[in-house]
Amino acid sequence: MIVPDQHFDARIFEKDVAMAAIRSGFGDGLVLAGERDPNVVGLCADLTDSTHMLPFKEKYPDRFIEVGVAEQNLAGVGSGMAAMGKVPFITSYAMFSPGRNWEQIRTTICYNDQPVKIAGSHAGISVGPDGGTHQAIEDIAITRVIPRMIVLSPCDAIEARKATIAAASTGTPVYLRLAREKTPVMTTDDSPFEIGKAQCVWDTSLGQPALEPQVTLIATGALLHQALVAAREVAADGIGSIVINLSTIKPIDEAGILAAVRRAPRVVTVEEHQVAGGMGSAVAELLVQRMPVPQRFIGVGDDFGQSGTPEELIAHYGMDTPHIVAAIRDVVHV
Amino acid sequence: MTPGPISGSELFELDDATIERLELTANAMRESIISMLLAAGSGHTAGPLGMADIFAYLFMHALRHQPSNPAWPERDRLVLSNGHICPVLYAAMAHSGYFPIEELQTLRKFGSRLQGHPHRERLPGLETSSGPLGSGLSQAVGMAIADRIDSPSSDRTIYCLLSDGEHDEGATWEAGMLGGKEKLRNLIAIIDRNNIQIDGFTEQVMPLEPIADKWRAWNWHVIEIDGHNFRAIDGAIREAKAIYEHPTMIVAHTIPGKGVREFERKYEWHGKPPDAKQGKMALDELRTLDGRIRAEHEGSR
Repeated sequence: MIVPDQHFDARIFEKDVAMAAIRSGFGDGLVLAGERDPNVVGLCADLTDSTHMLPFKEKYPDRFIEVGVAEQNLAGVGSGMAAMGKVPFITSYAMFSPGRNWEQIRTTICYNDQPVKIAGSHAGISVGPDGGTHQAIEDIAITRVIPRMIVLSPCDAIEARKATIAAASTGTPVYLRLAREKTPVMTTDDSPFEIGKAQCVWDTSLGQPALEPQVTLIATGALLHQALVAAREVAADGIGSIVINLSTIKPIDEAGILAAVRRAPRVVTVEEHQVAGGMGSAVAELLVQRMPVPQRFIGVGDDFGQSGTPEELIAHYGMDTPHIVAAIRDVVHV
Repeated sequence: MTPGPISGSELFELDDATIERLELTANAMRESIISMLLAAGSGHTAGPLGMADIFAYLFMHALRHQPSNPAWPERDRLVLSNGHICPVLYAAMAHSGYFPIEELQTLRKFGSRLQGHPHRERLPGLETSSGPLGSGLSQAVGMAIADRIDSPSSDRTIYCLLSDGEHDEGATWEAGMLGGKEKLRNLIAIIDRNNIQIDGFTEQVMPLEPIADKWRAWNWHVIEIDGHNFRAIDGAIREAKAIYEHPTMIVAHTIPGKGVREFERKYEWHGKPPDAKQGKMALDELRTLDGRIRAEHEGSR
């Protein structure tokens, strides 16, 4: 069952669960961050509306810079503004920032230790009809490998708002991973969020009847919803589980993950990203050293995306609930 | 468009004593460059020697800074985009008092503050880390925009030094467009137009001419100068500061390897250090050169 301390929306398994785009939560959070700190500035590369930076631009026109379709410059200008004491949020599609401008982010922002926040919208495969060129399924891998970078991947719009506000005050480089499509709003204003903290959101040992957890499901981003649906489904067959919302991929919450895996030493990681180098890899890097256990990876194989509806793509690339259920059953029987 | 060029040297004149002081400092910096490259055993020779005059002018005369207090909030900013010519930056910093001149001998060595390409966190006084080409102007544009947001009437100057070779990088043009669009009057960029890059002469590797027209087309105020003539350098900086609503690009024509006849105008010296014999020859020449440098400037007036 949902862990009560998480204060999740009671409707999350219902058909009428609220839907909102994670990027819209970023837009709300940026305005709030701007209210709190006059040094917060916004920069965009010709996608102000798409990245939901428009509300910030309208409220703070003097703190908004349009750089044009120039993502490499976007990163460098952000670094220069940070060097003068600003807290820049730079936005584009994730495929282009941090995709196209990776070296500028690595050198002018992270090597230089400037607290620029890189908001990559339209991350993941569920961007849909735009096709493989616009589907960033490598962004976690390329950002988490850069020293100093904090990598945040909120699970819904409300968490994205909190993550944006928190990112503004870290004093470090941050990558914020944002999805385009409307996704279920699972958390509420009362749900806890803290950078660096893995939240245990589902635990069958708290249910009626109580089920001893056998599997730890670790999900990031909107696929947390599919992971929860899968966890509920297998519980009906007597397979107990813990579900972790890993919205901070770096720094990874070692204590939180190890505590869960100690109780349920079978792991399935769930992410809308390539398996190679992603969140599941980060979890595996930790576990193989500290607590080696069987693990299955839900994510895109060594492949590019293609056009389709988000639902078609999530299913085709093996990330929907039936695939997660199958991975749970598989890892339980190791 | 911009008003017609003002001849800065008609408005202001450096006095002879100042010019002599700058010439001597630039020459001492060239000696430091050679000796630190000899100690390091690797690094770039031609660009640092060619830019010694401009760096001497900036650090000894133009920059608003406090070498003993590198974090002084009111300071101008200087971004070195072509980080590979950092020996000249380190020499200028040492000779203006940021750190002891002896420390130059640690260039590129393990544990040194003087990394092979500048690392901001290692050495107080560096405004940014650089090396990968094509990123410095973006950062300078960002600094200039931030400065304007904080104080529209600020008289702070953001300087950016960049190479001609890094015009091959598209990001340089991205930054150029934004600088022109934002009318950054507080931004002065200087191209080291020495016509060489690692693989050869720039016009063979990737033709850049007409480079001044390219910047004019992005709405920059452009001034072309002899980068070894202190009166011309001074006039250009003064002119740039007087220009309203445009960033300025100073195309400084320099001689790569300037000051050592054996190294001058040869692209082969772009990316390698002298060996012990070549270094001794260079130091001998530099240490006896005061008269010749002086005569060249007299002749170019």
